[in-house]
Amino acid sequence: AGDRRKKPIEKILIANRGEIACRVIRTAKKLGIKTVAVYSDADRFAMHVNDADEAVHIGPAAANLSYLSAWKIIAAAKATKAEAIHPGYGFLSENVQFAELCKEEGIKFIGPPSPAIHAMGNKSVSKEVMTAAGVPVVPGYHGDNQDVNFLLTEANRIGYPVLIKATLGGGGKGMKIVYNESEFLDCLSSAQREAAAAFGDSRVLIEKYLTRPRHIEVQIFGDMHGNVVHLFERDCSVQRRHQKIIEEAPAPGISEKFRQQIGEAAVNAAKAVGYESAGTVEFIVDTTTGKFYFMEMNTRLQVEHPVTEMVTGQDLVEWQIRVANGEPLPLQQHQLQLSGHAFEARIYAENVPRGFLPAAGKLYHYNPPPVSTTVRVETGVDEGDSVSVYYDPMIAKLVAWGNDRSAALIKLHSSLSKFQIAGLPTNISFLKTLAKHSAFVAGEVGTHFIEEHREELLPSANHSSHEAGSAAPNMSEDPRVAQQAAAIAAVGMCLTPTDGLRKRGTGGGQARSGWDGGSGFRLNHLYTRPMMMEWKPDTAGNASLPIKLIATYDKNSKFSVEVEGEELLRLTVSGQNAGSSPQDLRLEIDDQVASVSLAQYFQDGTNNIHLWREDKHYHYTIPSLSLEREESDDEHGSDKNHHEQTYSTTAIGAVTAPMAGRVVKVFVENGGRVKKGEPLLVLEAMKMEHVVRAPVEGLVDGTNVIVGQQVNDNMILLQIKERRQNVPDEEDDD
Amino acid sequence: RSSTDPRGIRDFVSLDYSLNVLKDGVDTQSETFQSNLKAMKHLLLDLRQHVEKVRLGGGTKAVERHKARRKLLPRERIDNLLDPGAPFLELSQLAGHDLYNEPLPSGGIVTGIGPIHGRLCMLIANDPTVKGGTYYPITVKKHLRAQEIAAQNHLPCIYLVDSGGANLPRQAEVFPDRDHFGRIFYNQAQMSEAGIPQIALVLGSCTAGGAYVPAMADESVIVKGNGTIFLAGPPLVKAATGEIVSAEDLGGATLHCSVSGVSDYFANDEMHALAIGRKIVRNLHLAGITKQGFERTAEAEVKEPLFKPEDLRGIIPADRRQSYDIRSVIAHIVDGSEFDEFKKLYGPTLVTGFARINGQAIGIVGNNGILFTESALKGAHFIQLCAQRHIPLIFLQNITGFMVGSKSEANGIAKAGAKMVMAVACAKVPKITIVVGGSYGAGNYGMCGRAYSPNFLFLWPNARISVMGGAQAAGVLAQVESEKRKREGKTWNPDEEEAFKNKVVEAYEREGNPYYASARLWDDGIIDPADTRQVLSLCLSASTKSAPRETSYGVFRM
Repeated sequence: AGDRRKKPIEKILIANRGEIACRVIRTAKKLGIKTVAVYSDADRFAMHVNDADEAVHIGPAAANLSYLSAWKIIAAAKATKAEAIHPGYGFLSENVQFAELCKEEGIKFIGPPSPAIHAMGNKSVSKEVMTAAGVPVVPGYHGDNQDVNFLLTEANRIGYPVLIKATLGGGGKGMKIVYNESEFLDCLSSAQREAAAAFGDSRVLIEKYLTRPRHIEVQIFGDMHGNVVHLFERDCSVQRRHQKIIEEAPAPGISEKFRQQIGEAAVNAAKAVGYESAGTVEFIVDTTTGKFYFMEMNTRLQVEHPVTEMVTGQDLVEWQIRVANGEPLPLQQHQLQLSGHAFEARIYAENVPRGFLPAAGKLYHYNPPPVSTTVRVETGVDEGDSVSVYYDPMIAKLVAWGNDRSAALIKLHSSLSKFQIAGLPTNISFLKTLAKHSAFVAGEVGTHFIEEHREELLPSANHSSHEAGSAAPNMSEDPRVAQQAAAIAAVGMCLTPTDGLRKRGTGGGQARSGWDGGSGFRLNHLYTRPMMMEWKPDTAGNASLPIKLIATYDKNSKFSVEVEGEELLRLTVSGQNAGSSPQDLRLEIDDQVASVSLAQYFQDGTNNIHLWREDKHYHYTIPSLSLEREESDDEHGSDKNHHEQTYSTTAIGAVTAPMAGRVVKVFVENGGRVKKGEPLLVLEAMKMEHVVRAPVEGLVDGTNVIVGQQVNDNMILLQIKERRQNVPDEEDDD
Repeated sequence: RSSTDPRGIRDFVSLDYSLNVLKDGVDTQSETFQSNLKAMKHLLLDLRQHVEKVRLGGGTKAVERHKARRKLLPRERIDNLLDPGAPFLELSQLAGHDLYNEPLPSGGIVTGIGPIHGRLCMLIANDPTVKGGTYYPITVKKHLRAQEIAAQNHLPCIYLVDSGGANLPRQAEVFPDRDHFGRIFYNQAQMSEAGIPQIALVLGSCTAGGAYVPAMADESVIVKGNGTIFLAGPPLVKAATGEIVSAEDLGGATLHCSVSGVSDYFANDEMHALAIGRKIVRNLHLAGITKQGFERTAEAEVKEPLFKPEDLRGIIPADRRQSYDIRSVIAHIVDGSEFDEFKKLYGPTLVTGFARINGQAIGIVGNNGILFTESALKGAHFIQLCAQRHIPLIFLQNITGFMVGSKSEANGIAKAGAKMVMAVACAKVPKITIVVGGSYGAGNYGMCGRAYSPNFLFLWPNARISVMGGAQAAGVLAQVESEKRKREGKTWNPDEEEAFKNKVVEAYEREGNPYYASARLWDDGIIDPADTRQVLSLCLSASTKSAPRETSYGVFRM
């Protein structure tokens, strides 16, 4: 240890991408340490590559050929003479072989020693170690016997519901809940397949599944001098698809005594494996008994580490680097204090109404809220970047700190309202609803929170607004409000004129001509501009609503807008660009001054308009006329259809891909009969498997996918010929 | 003091910014202003009502019939063709006003300038709801005037064709002469030769002579079902050859796009045709663009005038005999109300000087009374300055004429006036004339009247144009009549003489009226004084896109 201290790290290679790579680079820069990024083909122009002093290309987009390729990363570190590697989270961060390889090659691995990773990486081993150290564990089977029948017997012994997890897993991948014996074998094979794909090891473990649990974890830190401290707990109970979505520190509604106990248990757990660097001990808390059980230890920096940083005032990446340099921990336990409350909301590209399915696409508009000492935005993307199908679809982490929980929550909500993303579906609207939910505001969190409050959190046509009552009815779903917002968006479009397809120059030094600026000047009369929009509600179930408007251009950027409808809606709006950015407008709407933001872009030939006003976000498209048609000699038939507008429609019975992904299994063949709900094929995206089921009973036809094929969102996978009529077109909510 | 004295430098800079700012000098609270404003508002109300009427086209029935065929009105077609929200400078809105026994709104054709994909174009759209879009004499004149502007300013022409061709009962006034129907195609050929794109969108019928508009065009689009092109329609074909054929088979989109080659693009409907029209303009690249337009040495920031444009309405005296300072008009239309006056103390009845409108440098020539020898010489001098420097000229006409009388004649007023007329006629810079008051006699010539081919000429609603004032004309004619009667030994009692004079005054009042002028296309339209800056700005950028030309003059009589 002595000679390690002599030569502190001067250059770090970050073996990761996205926000965590940017996060590590930021602290490294603060400490004057040079940084090296690595990138795959998909990330050539990514932010982390830009932010680093140097960058090395490590292969194709697929993670197993780039970010998971240990030898390529070691080679990159040697080529750039980096003395240390920070693995971030995910990828190689908890890979024992990689940590050992680093050691062999004389490169510092910023993380725990490999035996600790090994002990904690194997859930079965870790539970044995914990039991020996007196840390309580959940009943289950963690052994090496992977015989299917043996595992079934074990599950029956533990008692349902049980959880099947990848032995080497983490982050919810390869995890299945089994409610009864009949489901067990299906779930087991799926979990094994996911585990094999994600971790290269199909082994699983089984444990008791608690019905009303909370997920509380403790941040711990150890140095190479045997010191271990904890930096208090985080509550990460609110999860969807077994992945955390909103985290906070400290955990709400726990006693100081409980905090001490769980903290001490975590420190004991770390000491039991001779832990160094940052780690997280995850506990499951049975809310019915108040007992906590060791679940697992994550031997890396967690995604949600910023909430701990915010309430302790520490930079955990800096701690990691100093510990790697052989320094003792910067603070001892009694020097660490909790201050205030912090939340982290994870902003994902995902399709909330479709059961939080991962999404991908381009960030046509990306405008995060302003950051400050109390608001952090951790991201690895910027406007124009894409969220690719190859990696995790997280776009950003929004971290908000306040003096107490309610102050932090208000700040979180207002920052979420200012978080503007357009071009792909996100969970922002859902997070806003969540942050306003009375049970969440009251701190009544649990891992089943979203399931329990599904109706209020995920309003849809099936269980619509009559329930909404106290639980913050989503105002943006009111068509009249959407019409009013459409009128404002229309004025915004009039104020940011285009020459048709291209945006007009904003001036700025360039000489303006009288024809620029979209004044809509007409001689001795006023110009009226009819506009057509289609409102795309954020929630499922609400069909898109066509809105017809007429904007009249008055002098001096003043407009009056009429919206056609049952009740005529008329607005007078005047204003101009607020200046700071072309999308921010300051408008006077019927004698009230308001700030709105606007995003406009073309996506797949459709003009999209987004408006942010107050807390609400509205998405509109401009329907395009179907102009191009077959130039046929037929003069009789098609005349009637001249003004018909075409929209994409999918024949009932067609099965479309719910997300972009790779086909991993196809269960059916053309001509085969399927029952409603029967699995047709399995898609894999973001290392998550998703079963596509038959929406109706019938005969399979037109299967045009094969295993291994990459499919796009909404692509037709196969057809089902209906046997019966009037089969309800039910959504697959797997 | 050393030359680096900061105060000295500050003084110098402040001079740059303060010396030339015009004072308004108009009390908007005064009674005169208020009564002027009232009179102007009355005129404007009248103007808007007239425009509102012509915008309805050829009446409810015709419009309904038109719309039933899934056709848009000409101004709707134009709105959809232009960049959304872009300005459109409509020309000669009131052509044909009270000109024929039957109403002919806008002369049966809508013309004007607007941008398509940022490129300024001249749009010429038939109004088939007005007499089937047939060409009356004034329709031809308006069409030719639009082509003249396009040719002068290098603007691509888009013809939105939907016309029955020449108005047959009036063929003698429409067909044979030089500036009649045939001139349209001559102009198309000439402009095409000059590289100015000619594009036709056939949205309705193009019969007989009309067939040559798309046929002569560089590129043409035709709408399935509604668009037809043929030299003779089915009735005439049947009469001539006995062949029975449908209009679509005879000259429809399918035939012309796939067999005859008369048209280039097949459109499923009007919107499709307009969309193709926009694409054609997008693909023009540099066609018709002469090397480089006027250099725009724009200020860092365009300053609006210090005074509200609306206040111009209260500046013009309700009583035309009263004079007013043209500088107050200038103060309301130029950038920052900054005007660098040239030769202010010499020939003060003509105001000349430099200013900017929307950043474009301009020279202004405005009247502040009768033109004397000195004023005319100053005008000629200033026009030569602008022509040499390639600075566009704005004429603000409010002129009763050149000074008469023995002293003036002896002073060579005719010679001085001739110099100004020579300079105006020969100056090869864009010229834009606004008649802000009277336009009488030779003053009209020196101040770039219609005969001097200004790029654009607009009237304010209070304008009057005639060879001399009505009262003066009545006086002259009465004197001639009285002498004639004296020779014939007849007497003329004062009542009769008064009646005679009144008749002349009335005729002059009627014929000097802006509506009378606009109806006959003696100008390009009547505008609200408050829109003057906007209109000038549009006209200036439309007329400064082509390369400046060198000016040379004829013989100045010295």
